[in-house]
Amino acid sequence: MRLPPRLRPIAPPILPALTLLALLGPVVAGLLGTVMAGFGHLPAAGLSGPSTEPLRALLAWPGIVPAIQLSLQTGGAATLISLAVVVLLVAGWEGTRPFRILLRLLSPLLSVPHAAAAFGLMFLIQPSGWIARGLSPWFTGWDRPPDLLLVQDPMGIALIAGLVAKEVPFLLLITLAALGQIDSDGRRKVAAALGYGRIAGWVFTVLPALYPRIRLPVYVVLAYSMSVVDVAMILGPNTPPPLSVQIVRWMGDPDLQMRSLASAAALVQLALVVSALTLWRLAEFVTGHIAAHLAYRGTRWAGDGWLRTAGLGIGTVSVVAILAGMLGLVVWSFAARWTFPAVLPEAMTLKTWHRSAPPAMATLGTTIVIACSATLIGLVLTIGCLETEERRHLRLTQRGLWLLYVPLLIPQTAFLPGMQTGLLSFGIDGTLWAVIFAHLVFVLPYLRLSLEGPYKSWDTRQAAVAAAMGASAGRIFLGLRLPMLLAPILTACAVAMAVSVGQYLPTLLVGGGRVQTLTTEALALASGGDRRAIGVYAVLQAAIALLPFALALAVPALVWRNRRGLRHG
Amino acid sequence: MKRMLSLVIAVLPFAAWADPDPADWNAVLTEARGQTVHWHAWGGSTATNDFITWVGARLTADHDITLTHVKLENTADAVTRVLTEKSAGQDTQGAVDLIWINGANFAAMKSADLLFGPFAEALPNWQYADTATKTLRHDFTVPTEGYESPWAMAQVVFMHDTDDLPDRLGSMNALLDWARSHPGRFTYPQPPDFLGTTFLKQALVDLTADSAALAAPVSEETYVEVSAPLWEYLDDLTPLLWRNGRAYPQSGPRQLQLISDDEIDLAISFSPGEASTAIANYQLPESVRTFVLDKGTIGNASFVAIPYNSGAKAAAMVVADFLLSPEAQLRAQDPAVLGYGTVLDVTALPAQYQTAFQDLDLGPATLSPQDLGTVLPEPHPSWMTRIAQEWVARYGVGN
Repeated sequence: MRLPPRLRPIAPPILPALTLLALLGPVVAGLLGTVMAGFGHLPAAGLSGPSTEPLRALLAWPGIVPAIQLSLQTGGAATLISLAVVVLLVAGWEGTRPFRILLRLLSPLLSVPHAAAAFGLMFLIQPSGWIARGLSPWFTGWDRPPDLLLVQDPMGIALIAGLVAKEVPFLLLITLAALGQIDSDGRRKVAAALGYGRIAGWVFTVLPALYPRIRLPVYVVLAYSMSVVDVAMILGPNTPPPLSVQIVRWMGDPDLQMRSLASAAALVQLALVVSALTLWRLAEFVTGHIAAHLAYRGTRWAGDGWLRTAGLGIGTVSVVAILAGMLGLVVWSFAARWTFPAVLPEAMTLKTWHRSAPPAMATLGTTIVIACSATLIGLVLTIGCLETEERRHLRLTQRGLWLLYVPLLIPQTAFLPGMQTGLLSFGIDGTLWAVIFAHLVFVLPYLRLSLEGPYKSWDTRQAAVAAAMGASAGRIFLGLRLPMLLAPILTACAVAMAVSVGQYLPTLLVGGGRVQTLTTEALALASGGDRRAIGVYAVLQAAIALLPFALALAVPALVWRNRRGLRHG
Repeated sequence: MKRMLSLVIAVLPFAAWADPDPADWNAVLTEARGQTVHWHAWGGSTATNDFITWVGARLTADHDITLTHVKLENTADAVTRVLTEKSAGQDTQGAVDLIWINGANFAAMKSADLLFGPFAEALPNWQYADTATKTLRHDFTVPTEGYESPWAMAQVVFMHDTDDLPDRLGSMNALLDWARSHPGRFTYPQPPDFLGTTFLKQALVDLTADSAALAAPVSEETYVEVSAPLWEYLDDLTPLLWRNGRAYPQSGPRQLQLISDDEIDLAISFSPGEASTAIANYQLPESVRTFVLDKGTIGNASFVAIPYNSGAKAAAMVVADFLLSPEAQLRAQDPAVLGYGTVLDVTALPAQYQTAFQDLDLGPATLSPQDLGTVLPEPHPSWMTRIAQEWVARYGVGN
């Protein structure tokens, strides 16, 4: 007799255990290494601790206070502004035409690598940039660029702008996914019927249900913005730089003892992120109470036209800025001589492409192998977990969700150096496998995030019908569930590949320089600031991240050309 | 006898651990076949990257060696890497086979016994090296003793856009005077960047009265006195810099972009041919020329060194030797390729190469060897570390 799936004996949950190990093992081991080095225990440099010497040396560094302030200020402001823009956009414009146009641009925006976006933005806004060129000399009277500190300004405004432009698309994507689970349409209609303005109605009725679902991604944005390295190197101030950039500089010092200083700074960075997250949580609480108070007063806030315009304005500007910056880089990659204040190059040439494309192509293979392997392993683990949970009727608790996010919440600078030392002692650093496993740490959370919703919302009555017809659990899984979830699975894979392609620090530190990807090449070139070569790499990087998204759309449309309901994730 | 001994060693099973002997070059060539060399070299310059790609292609064709350019953001990454390997006990098959190195990094690696050698003076092409007039046996005053092999000469020159700054400046003080009348039109890479620190050293050498003190390690008694003119100078110069010294370019090549964008008119370079190469690649306006200071400018050689735990020492030596060859040196000096000064004594070369070197068009912005003037020695590496540290404390965290 065939037992229904849930009554059959079940194997021990190997896949969830493996997933947890792959996710947390490297992070915990890395953190441990950082803690030891931060407290002066670093046998590689002839230091044995524990001692507070590195911490004292860090506090004696004259830049410590401004560096910390910068990290807090830029990270906090970038997150706050990004969230506000997303709220205004979704609240004010969901379901309208401009909103749909913005959405169509989301995937390309997400696939532009951070460093390339930062370079593009820099070329746009610096005093000798595209905007200034467009206005000079006929409007501004400038025949040479003014000496203005627009980029790398001490307040980090350019850095904040760069982060906002990249984080808004990410938060928007997450928000849209969450909206599907809470019937935002119905809520908004009720509020509108009661005479509330679009934004107030949305904030009072949709946001309270939505926010808990996007809280962790918001925290990820906060942690990321506070500890970002590549974007900060390009757009951020450098006298002193934000703490994260200084950590990487110390890591690169020929004097190995500086590693302990870097580790101590990484611990301070971790403490900063934790405090900022705590503060943010408190602020959520306070804001919630204020909002509730306002809601009870019953004011309708109907005249919100200017706020809607502002939201759409900022959203459009950030989208246009990234696209125009990328276009600028593309033009640079074909540019012959191009001096200020010319809006376009004197002539176009393929020279840069001839020079830069062959070495870039050589790393393309490695980049794709790593991205595909990490994605595939991640996919098996994630679906394995989801299926196990399904069969055992487990639900991921809030705490479990936090665990999933740990690699994204802890600054990379805090655990990657320790992870590198750990891998080295096993003798497997610098290999392709080591890099794949390092990428897996960052790919897993995104896979889970993208798949969780579609997987859980699959109608299980179809499984019941199939089981009643005698199908085994395995057959239901392989023959029914997976094919029906083809579209969301492919989308999840595309997200995961984009994440893997974009990894810089993990590839550099764990790969020991032996494993080179497009991103490590691009960042090495970026240190030279050659806009033409950066243009070539940015185009290739964006293309390779964009291609999976295109496939994720095309393949289901082709496979399910006669099954309309299955074409979209 | 020696050959027999090496034969005996070759057939012994532990031969794999024996280091190749550069004196027996044929054995080195045989052992090198099929090996892969990971050359860790700074990857921020497209011209250098292209040159290394060419070297790799030539070595594959001639010696069946695969050359992989590991592009670094910072040479210290490779040093750290070898140090980490040593402390982890990985004494064979390390990740680094060859490093583009000099100065403090070489001094650090040599004193920590992290280098293979001596090998440099046993390389076949060493016979052409110009040891008489070029500093090939000392690196920042530290004796090389055959632990690194030279491949390019570097000397400080200043690149100026003649549209905005038509005449050369003869001294650091002349530069300051010009900056007074043209504020915001000059900057230098932010120390501890290599080129930025070089600017500080150049200023120190030009300004100090006691140049003998710079040849010895920093001593606490004289440091304040010797370095005082530098800080006085920088206190005057900094507010006159691009962006008032509140932001700096992060590396040498970024200055090219700044000149091209017409944000600055003057920049330092450590390669006399860089400007010509950059003009050919559209990275600089055609109006850029170079000059050196009246008293001369500091210069040194770029070297390659082989870590003690490289698994491809034979092939790494073949790479080092090829870099020294007239063919590679000629190509490196061509401004259309790299524009690096040769380390060879051109008069000692076979006739066909002598003519080739003489016929080489050095490009519009490159000074002839005579016009490059006096090459001043580098200060001891301890000066570099010390003044870079003080610079960071004074100007690097000021905002």
